[in-house]
Amino acid sequence: MKDNAETQDLAIEFVGVVKRFGDAVAVDGIDLAIRRGELVTFLGPSGCGKTTSLRLIAGLELPSDGHLRIAGRDVSRDPASERNVGMVFQSYALFPHVSVLDNVAYGPVIRGVKKAEAHAKARGILDQIGLGGLHDRLPAELSGGQQQRVAVARAIAQQPDVILFDEPLSNVDAKLRRKVRSEIRALQQEFGLTAVYVTHDQEEALAVSDRIVVMDKGRIAQVGTPEDLYERPASAFIANFIGDANLIEGRVMAGRFAAEGLDVPVSGADGPASVSIRPERIALDLSADGPARIASGTYLGSRMEYAVTLGGTELLVSRPISEPRLEAGQPVALRIDTGGVTRLS
Amino acid sequence: MTTTRTIDRASLGWLGLLVVSTVGLPWYATGGIGASALTLGLSDRPWLLPVAGLTFSLAALALIARDWRRHALLLPLVIAALAALLLQAFGIGLNGPVLPALGTLFPTAASGQTGLGLGGFLAGLALLGLLSDGLAARGFCRGERFASACVIIIVALLTLFVFFPILKLGAAAFTDETGALALGRFVERITAPNLWGLACFTSSQSCGVVINTLQLGILSATFATALGLALALLVARTDFRFKRALRALSILPIITPPFVVGVAIIVLFGRSGMLTQFGAELFDVRPGRWVYGLTGILMAQVLAFTPVTFLVLLGTLEAINPTLEEASKTLGARPLKTFSTVTWPLLRPGIAAAFLLAFIESLADFGNPIVLGGGYDVLSTKIFFAVVGARYDLGNAATLAMILLGLTLVAFWAQIRWLGRSNYVTVTGKSDAGLVAPMPPMLKFAAIAAVLPFAAFTIAVYSIVLLGGFVTDIGRLDLTPTFGHIWTAFSFELGTEGLRLYGSAWDSMITTLWVSALSAPLTMAIGILTAWLVARQDFAGRRAFEFGTMLSFAIPGTVVGVSYVAAFNVPPVDITGTMIILVISFVFRNMPVGMRAGMAALAQIDRSMEEASQTMGAGGAKTLRNVVLPLIRPAIFTALVYSFVTAMTAVSAVIFLVSARHNMATAYIMGRVENGEYALAIAYSAVLMVVMVACVALIQLLVGKRQLGRRTGMTGATAAQPAE
Ligand SMILES: Nc1ncnc2c1ncn2[C@@H]1O[C@H](COP(=O)(O)OP(=O)(O)OP(=O)(O)O)[C@@H](O)[C@H]1O
Ligand SMILES: [Mg+2]
Repeated sequence: MKDNAETQDLAIEFVGVVKRFGDAVAVDGIDLAIRRGELVTFLGPSGCGKTTSLRLIAGLELPSDGHLRIAGRDVSRDPASERNVGMVFQSYALFPHVSVLDNVAYGPVIRGVKKAEAHAKARGILDQIGLGGLHDRLPAELSGGQQQRVAVARAIAQQPDVILFDEPLSNVDAKLRRKVRSEIRALQQEFGLTAVYVTHDQEEALAVSDRIVVMDKGRIAQVGTPEDLYERPASAFIANFIGDANLIEGRVMAGRFAAEGLDVPVSGADGPASVSIRPERIALDLSADGPARIASGTYLGSRMEYAVTLGGTELLVSRPISEPRLEAGQPVALRIDTGGVTRLS
Repeated sequence: MTTTRTIDRASLGWLGLLVVSTVGLPWYATGGIGASALTLGLSDRPWLLPVAGLTFSLAALALIARDWRRHALLLPLVIAALAALLLQAFGIGLNGPVLPALGTLFPTAASGQTGLGLGGFLAGLALLGLLSDGLAARGFCRGERFASACVIIIVALLTLFVFFPILKLGAAAFTDETGALALGRFVERITAPNLWGLACFTSSQSCGVVINTLQLGILSATFATALGLALALLVARTDFRFKRALRALSILPIITPPFVVGVAIIVLFGRSGMLTQFGAELFDVRPGRWVYGLTGILMAQVLAFTPVTFLVLLGTLEAINPTLEEASKTLGARPLKTFSTVTWPLLRPGIAAAFLLAFIESLADFGNPIVLGGGYDVLSTKIFFAVVGARYDLGNAATLAMILLGLTLVAFWAQIRWLGRSNYVTVTGKSDAGLVAPMPPMLKFAAIAAVLPFAAFTIAVYSIVLLGGFVTDIGRLDLTPTFGHIWTAFSFELGTEGLRLYGSAWDSMITTLWVSALSAPLTMAIGILTAWLVARQDFAGRRAFEFGTMLSFAIPGTVVGVSYVAAFNVPPVDITGTMIILVISFVFRNMPVGMRAGMAALAQIDRSMEEASQTMGAGGAKTLRNVVLPLIRPAIFTALVYSFVTAMTAVSAVIFLVSARHNMATAYIMGRVENGEYALAIAYSAVLMVVMVACVALIQLLVGKRQLGRRTGMTGATAAQPAE
């Protein structure tokens, strides 16, 4: 778009963006920079403002406060039609009255490309995406998965600065999700697109993202790579939201965290603290005089999950399925992988 | 998309229009090309200079400003120019300044000015366009310029053609003949004994007009609702054999000019009517005039409104989930018990809706009371006689109109309170699959007993309408076929000088076709646009906007007519006696129907399709054309047909607005009825109905009612999800 956008590597910038609907605050002061070619996921519980943030990027809502820059240009007051942002809608939003080809060619045609040229381009993208034979069908004559791919093709065809996905897999058959999401990821990398992806499925977020933005009540709770978030959650909310976590309250003294029956090294100043320990970072030792007791076990197919009581607290521990099963009431000792202990702020 | 925009094409368009209309076009309705605001302002009308001056400032700003649309001075300048335009237009009337301050400021204003012309109106339009552009640049309508322009312009049009006339009329109620404030006169008018008198309940004298109106409204709504219910029950809940015929019957009143039924009733029951004569001979009594007055109007109205109540109640019945009735049956309730405990309570809101609808229609009805009224005055006819004819008394008409408007608004308010905005949805609501409970036999016979006379009466009336124009004198049962009446109305000659139309009805017929053909697409466009704005755009004041359009729907035609008389026969908008005023009155009266059709259709369409189009670079106008309009074709068809047909059949508003040059078919027929030329009136009505049906067929051919096939029904299901 603009020349100086190359010098600065940022595709999207949120600067103190606020969106209010009447009295309700959907987005409450977001600062965020998204680099070119990156796939960033907005993750968070229902109603936390993910869709609203996405629509702000698209220009389908304008911020009540703050600024939004796309490719270096302030677009805070520009309507959707004057930005260049592609969007894949949850319901796909294909135009039911025109053919697949016309759907995909719509963006280029609107932006002034000649019809024949736009069609040629749309054909190319459809072929590339594996929908070669379906040009002349109406959207209603496609399967759900095919419709989804047409929607993606349509968004790509307009050569957007940014491509947005709002829960693109929610209408896809559960079995197909894994396949479709890796397809989306592959396309994004192949076309070198900057992408923003909304989901409330944490596993999906971990699988596709370069970085994840976890939102809570209209604010950003934490930004980081999937590994950052999983291994080093900043708060109890994050630890709980992404994966399972044991949250334990206690005190830090001289570099060691102590709670009932626990004593592990952590960093940081002395004082009351809480830590998060992932269930797979705790190993169980079968020793008769162990301080903990198995409360119950759950068979999860790929692993076993045990609830273990240690003093007054109950911990979740996961254990490979190949290990022998443990009985309820059995005494055990806990061996905690100190690398898996994260101090929460 | 560059950051150093100065002025873009759309803004340049508005600015160009503004400059041309102040510099090049005639400012007044009377005056040549040279007489623009600028030239007149520089000679002897200096009050036009501010508008011209501000126009130049805006143009200058466009030349120097870097980002014109967002420049801090744009909106102040535009608003100042609009204010200057309105102030001079309304401040200086035909006979000099209305605002004394303007008189001292501009001594030459004493000679007054005439109504605005092309230049004045287009300058106003251009300023509104610039206003919408500037507001959009500040985030109004999510920055969407087309939507912003539509909102601003439609609001301005509604204000000018709906609310301003009503306000002006309201003011007339409080002023005397000279235009001075006269509260005493208002009190006098509103307490007049011929308004509120209750004498008819205790003696043989007649009641006041308001009481008459209410009495007629309540009676007519009661009977129409009862009959409508009987019909709806027969169609929805029995295996009654003539269901299809009944449904077809319900379309008739829509294409029937409102007074035709009245005329047919006179032919049947009038002093020298067919049945009257027959009865008089049979029973050897003198033929009476009983049909003129409450009885006759009531008969005509019940006949005319029953189809409406029928449709509402049929919708309600069909929307009742049959499983509820089945549940009642499986619990062991007998049919009558099921009906009274399950069906009836579920029906009650529909009954209330039907009643109020018929009541509002009865209040607004003008055609039947004027034909059949005799000495029985109602508000709508009283208003008419107050401004037409010798005793022109606008103040009195205004007072009566305000009362009528008040009554209507109360009924309308009750309807909204009771039923929310869902009442048009229930009309088309379809139920889940399932077997409906049969009606209790007793109820069924009662319904048939009620419906049969109605059906017979309808058939009689429409036979007369069909036959009456083509026989010598249907009233006296002289059934010799003749084309004499048609010929009187529509004679022509195909001579050497081409086609010459002699018939007395040609002028009004041609005007009617013109007005209908002009107003139908305009009505559709404004109605659908408004629906799109209300359903899809997000702007400050959207609620008030929606409410305003609904309100304009509630205003009875008679009130619209007299308010136009009050507002538009003086500058600045002096359009009385033109065809424009006829078109405008139809556009703003019927626009809410198009809007409702549009809203219902838009509710079925996933808005993310439009959003997808926007993200792909299509602005509001292109999105509307490429995505929305193709998907709501049936609503466009409905809006077109409705507005076309109403423009051809309506009488209540146009009767005030027609002129010798621009007469309308209905007004012409009305005149024939007043002269007792029933056969001619009927013949013309029949021709009108035939033409109407032909035109509707033509519209269908042009617009097409092609539904998206079943295949698309699939996406329809996913599309029905609410947008997030
Ligand atoms: N048009 C609107 N008018 C009023 N409130 C809105 C509107 N759109 C969103 N909201 C509110 O803003 C908040 C954030 O909504 P948003 O749709 O962004 O949530 P979300 O994170 O996408 O949730 P989900 O995971 O359920 O899709 C919610 O409380 C919602 O009710
Ligand atoms: Mg959402």
